[in-house]
Amino acid sequence: MNPLLDIKDLKVAYGGIHAVKGIDLNINKGELVALIGANGAGKSTTLKTLVGMVKPAGGEILFDGKPTARLAPYDYVGKGLVLVPEGRGIFGRLTVEENLQMGAYVRNDKADIANDIDRVFSLFPRLKERRSQLAGTLSGGEQQMVAIGRAMMSRPKLLLLDEPSMGLAPIIVQKIFEIIRMIAAEGVTMLLVEQNAKLALQTADRGYVMESGRITLADSAANLLANEKIQQAYLGE
Amino acid sequence: MQSKKQIITFAALAVVLAILPWAITGGFENGKSWLRAVDFALLYIMLALGLNIVVGFAGLLDLGYIAFYAVGAYSFALLNSPHLAAVLPAWLMHPPLLVMLLIAACVAGVFGVLLGTPTLKLRGDYLAIVTLGFGEIIRIFLNNLDRPVNITNGPQGINNISKVNIAGYDLGRPIEWFGLKFDTVHLYYYLILAFCCLIIFVTLRLQRSRIGRAWVAIREDEIAANAMGINTRNVKLLAFAMGASFGGVSGALFASFQGFVSPESFVLMESIMVLCMVVLGGMGHIPGVILGAILVSITPEVLRDVINPLQSAVFGERLFDPENLRMLIFGLAMIIIMLLRPEGLWPSKRRAREFHEHEEEAKA
Repeated sequence: MNPLLDIKDLKVAYGGIHAVKGIDLNINKGELVALIGANGAGKSTTLKTLVGMVKPAGGEILFDGKPTARLAPYDYVGKGLVLVPEGRGIFGRLTVEENLQMGAYVRNDKADIANDIDRVFSLFPRLKERRSQLAGTLSGGEQQMVAIGRAMMSRPKLLLLDEPSMGLAPIIVQKIFEIIRMIAAEGVTMLLVEQNAKLALQTADRGYVMESGRITLADSAANLLANEKIQQAYLGE
Repeated sequence: MQSKKQIITFAALAVVLAILPWAITGGFENGKSWLRAVDFALLYIMLALGLNIVVGFAGLLDLGYIAFYAVGAYSFALLNSPHLAAVLPAWLMHPPLLVMLLIAACVAGVFGVLLGTPTLKLRGDYLAIVTLGFGEIIRIFLNNLDRPVNITNGPQGINNISKVNIAGYDLGRPIEWFGLKFDTVHLYYYLILAFCCLIIFVTLRLQRSRIGRAWVAIREDEIAANAMGINTRNVKLLAFAMGASFGGVSGALFASFQGFVSPESFVLMESIMVLCMVVLGGMGHIPGVILGAILVSITPEVLRDVINPLQSAVFGERLFDPENLRMLIFGLAMIIIMLLRPEGLWPSKRRAREFHEHEEEAKA
């Protein structure tokens, strides 16, 4: 079976600076894959390239067996490739519920959308309490929940999460990762970019390690957790 | 689902609107000129609702909106006056009203896209400056297109624009119905009111549609909107085109009502007045915008009649030129309203919340 996402020799450059220097990465349907690495390794750039926010300088991205090179940024949601961006990118002056509705913009099935909103609320009971509150007035953790919930509203085939733990208190981070596991258990394929390598690898099935624009290691999450080099470099042990 | 109360309110409003012109012409000694002011207020409501789509819904600050009003007015004028009758093919002249309004809306819409396309990546102040320039360009073109080929007749404007003709009735002549004498101002009141209601209806539907939500998303955060799968380019162009076409319809009705158009009617001040109506009433909120349009267009007329008696009463003599004093009072009133109610007189719930966000945060 073909992988859901197949990245071949992807290169990305900002001006003259090569942020991503030819990486190969693939994700099969139903997998939760973690992409870990230090600051500036090129992880976020890779994600942005995957949803067309940054144009690649070389290589190829196949999603569902089809190249994505010609898609416009707004086409990706309809194809099922959705990014929860770093810093969340929610509509601060819309209510929680309106944010969720906006996530379903590409869909036309009113009844199903209402069902999905209830489903998101059952995943995030906190959001249900605050459904008519302006999203910008929520706490950081709640905003992250809105961002993830909103992405779920488009019924993604592949959900890309960029640093979901960023700027959150440890106890909230645990909560967010619990939810990520619940979403994964529902069969949603995910690519998780994280600096919190330990938590990411504990959650994921497989992992990739990225260092200054290159993939240096790819293995099962369990093996990476047991790897001494990884432990020294990323897990602080 | 309409409650009984809503239906009663609606019926009452309809009766009031139907009787209004008779109450005005019967109740005041110079009632006809007051009714004229009301007719213009209705035209301004259409304009304000059109601009509200661009500014209120999509969040694109447009300072040249009156250009679309001009385009609509000149479209009507050229096709319904003797000015170009010798040059244009006969089948094009004096089209039926609905066809004519459709033409005006389409021409204005095309100009809307023409303005929208190069400004897609601009926002806020930068967009305001470009649109301001656009508005002026249109006006200056109208002013100078009398040479080398005389199209717009330059600063003299176009005269002898025919009145609307509906089902054999010429709205330029008084008509007797049920013992009532309908003058041109009365007839135009009902005509403009009908199209005003149509535009209100369309705007209400638009606001609650998918497109309406897309506009809100763009206003709030364009990048996030794009990431939601909204084609921001097309949706923005649609906002410009829709807004412009409302302006075009309003302009066409203006031209036929007035019987005369010249570039002088489409100066920057007019754009600013329409923007004032939108902001003062409550950006993005349809009832608020309608209220704003009525207040901003009627108040100066009221002041015109009130200012001299007021001066005599306060100072015992006429100290100031009434025209200047009128605009001074009007300007002051706007400043005070904006200081006291920055969200507008009758804002949408959302906008009221945005302005009181910090209070909400404090409570949370």
